[in-house]
Amino acid sequence: MKLRDMTELAGRNLREAILRNSLTTLGVAVGVASLVAMLSLGVGLQQLASSRLTKSGLFDSIFVTAKSNLRGPGAGPPATRAASPKARPLDEDARAELTKLPNVIEVYPQIRFFTEVRFDGKPFATVVAGMPESSKQSGAFDGMQGGFFSSPNADEAILQIEFAKELIPQTKDLIGKDLVLRYAERQSLASESGGAAQNSGGFSVVPKEKHLRIIGVVETEPASGFGGFGSGRLLIPLPVAETLRAAQVNDLRDVLRGGSSTDKPAYASLSVRVKSPSLVDATEKKIKDLGFSAFSLLDASKSLRIFFSVFDLLLGIFGSLALAVATLGIVNTLVMAILERRREIGVLKALGAADGDVKQLFFVEAGVMGLTGGVLGVLLGWMIGQALTLATNIYLKRQELPGVQISSVPLWLIAGAIGFAVLVSLIAGLYPASRAAKLNPVDALRYE
Amino acid sequence: MSITASPTDQAVSQPAIHIDHVSRHYVMGESSIRAVDDVSLTVPTGEFLALLGSSGSGKSTLLNLMAGLDRPTSGSIHCGGRNLAELSPLELARYRRNTVGMVFQSFNLLPRMTLEENVELPLRLAEVERSERAARVREALEHVRLAKRTGHRPSELSGGEQQRTAIARALVNRPKILFADEPTGNLDSATGEAILTLLREIQSSMGMTIVMVTHERHLAEKFADRLATMGDGKLLSTNASAAFSSSFLPSGAAQ
Repeated sequence: MKLRDMTELAGRNLREAILRNSLTTLGVAVGVASLVAMLSLGVGLQQLASSRLTKSGLFDSIFVTAKSNLRGPGAGPPATRAASPKARPLDEDARAELTKLPNVIEVYPQIRFFTEVRFDGKPFATVVAGMPESSKQSGAFDGMQGGFFSSPNADEAILQIEFAKELIPQTKDLIGKDLVLRYAERQSLASESGGAAQNSGGFSVVPKEKHLRIIGVVETEPASGFGGFGSGRLLIPLPVAETLRAAQVNDLRDVLRGGSSTDKPAYASLSVRVKSPSLVDATEKKIKDLGFSAFSLLDASKSLRIFFSVFDLLLGIFGSLALAVATLGIVNTLVMAILERRREIGVLKALGAADGDVKQLFFVEAGVMGLTGGVLGVLLGWMIGQALTLATNIYLKRQELPGVQISSVPLWLIAGAIGFAVLVSLIAGLYPASRAAKLNPVDALRYE
Repeated sequence: MSITASPTDQAVSQPAIHIDHVSRHYVMGESSIRAVDDVSLTVPTGEFLALLGSSGSGKSTLLNLMAGLDRPTSGSIHCGGRNLAELSPLELARYRRNTVGMVFQSFNLLPRMTLEENVELPLRLAEVERSERAARVREALEHVRLAKRTGHRPSELSGGEQQRTAIARALVNRPKILFADEPTGNLDSATGEAILTLLREIQSSMGMTIVMVTHERHLAEKFADRLATMGDGKLLSTNASAAFSSSFLPSGAAQ
């Protein structure tokens, strides 16, 4: 029989015992729904956790330092250092080279300095941090008041809310106002007294001022990322921070170590951001091959992924239990249908239906129930997930915490759940279908 | 009504069915029941044969064997040059679908389908193109003279109309042989006679071979060409019916 005729007949048969078949289909739907709800919760929590971690910049960043910078107590005897001739300074060339590595989004120095800010004529002490352009996407600025920097070179500032509250209690009113950044600019002595004096590595500190316009207030601490020295509370675009050439903590350390003995200014450290945490390993290796020290927190994210795999597995098992019960429902319904439709099967066979036709008919019926149940189940599961998210968010709101999306139904889960429901239904239909096919037509027709 | 000459000629050259020493035994616990016991019978093409006998005589079992619904324990049943006993289940299903049509005492129409859909069912099984089906259904319904109420369900129709529908369903795949198992058993006598008249017409107009099981001897004698009487699984006698001075001879009949 052709599939279209088969489907028509199956649909007719399913409609005939509408109540029983609907209940069976509903059973499948509930099974699929519990599976989808469980897995969507697993996926959602995983996405939530990993997106928070990714946004934190901890897991997709590699912290790069020059090998020579690692000198110090415990770094090994000088002989060891001599054995690594590839050690190179972390200068502008190195930065360009790192930027060219595959899968690297951005390479940026950590700029952070303690300074004084004048606002409304009063002085405030704070930490200034340079924010790379990519931090806009990090999610750290989600829900901020105002907006992100209009351009990477804009003389604009975003305030961390704690600091903003120090300025005035009504932080909203800050936006659009100006403040003055007072900082100490580092001026190399070498550049003034010629090449011969360069080896001194000294610099003078010149006080400077910069006017900045406040464009936003942010609640999170976007600059508290890996390799930081604490939270920055006044955030300015990184290129602007770089032009300030403000004296940093490292500068003095370098002088003490004699590290600034090269022609060009070197970075104390660079952060290399890659496209995804999975690319960190390979990129880290390449950076090491270039002759720098590099490390990342990838191991932590690996164990996190293992945790979520086990978590998903457990949720999946609980969900599957419900589906297994639903499967028994399909077997039961179809076996009942065989008893009820013995005569019809006999008639079909007498009219020339082959065993295969009868088997397929029951198979299609099982498949249709599975497909309908699967689609309904995905919808139901999605709704359960949404309800859980809603409930969680109501709870979080009471605790005055920002809302989160704890359940996620990605496309693969939809397709997988429906596919699984159909597959399970077909397997459930195997026994009834072959039993129906084996029915002796003479016996079946005698049956009243 | 008389038998046309051409089927008679064909009958001599090739019978529609040739049954040779066929037995069908059932095992019921310890005992073995010989439902059909060493029967040999030849049905010439175009003949209307009535299988008579009391209930339990084995007439229905023999019909089921000829219709390919059951398989003999021993012996051979030849139809169209093939031995049904040796066909695979699929080939036997094809035989039921394409070569023979079946009519039952209790009509066996599918209750949730309309008359037209019931008649169309064998066309679906035979994978006949959709475009062709409507015409074939109409043609079959014309043969049984049912034109009205074809969109109704069987329960909304009289027994006679239901049996006509069942006959149309049996004819729709243009079979060579029509088997009828007590076709008048659920009908009043007038309707029963009308159905048998219809079968007789189909026999003569289409050159159809018909084998009918019945226990009503008077109907068999009135409409069939030949009567075969069974008892205890054995073929007791075959003789030409009184109503038709048939030219058929029991060429392969068991004695």
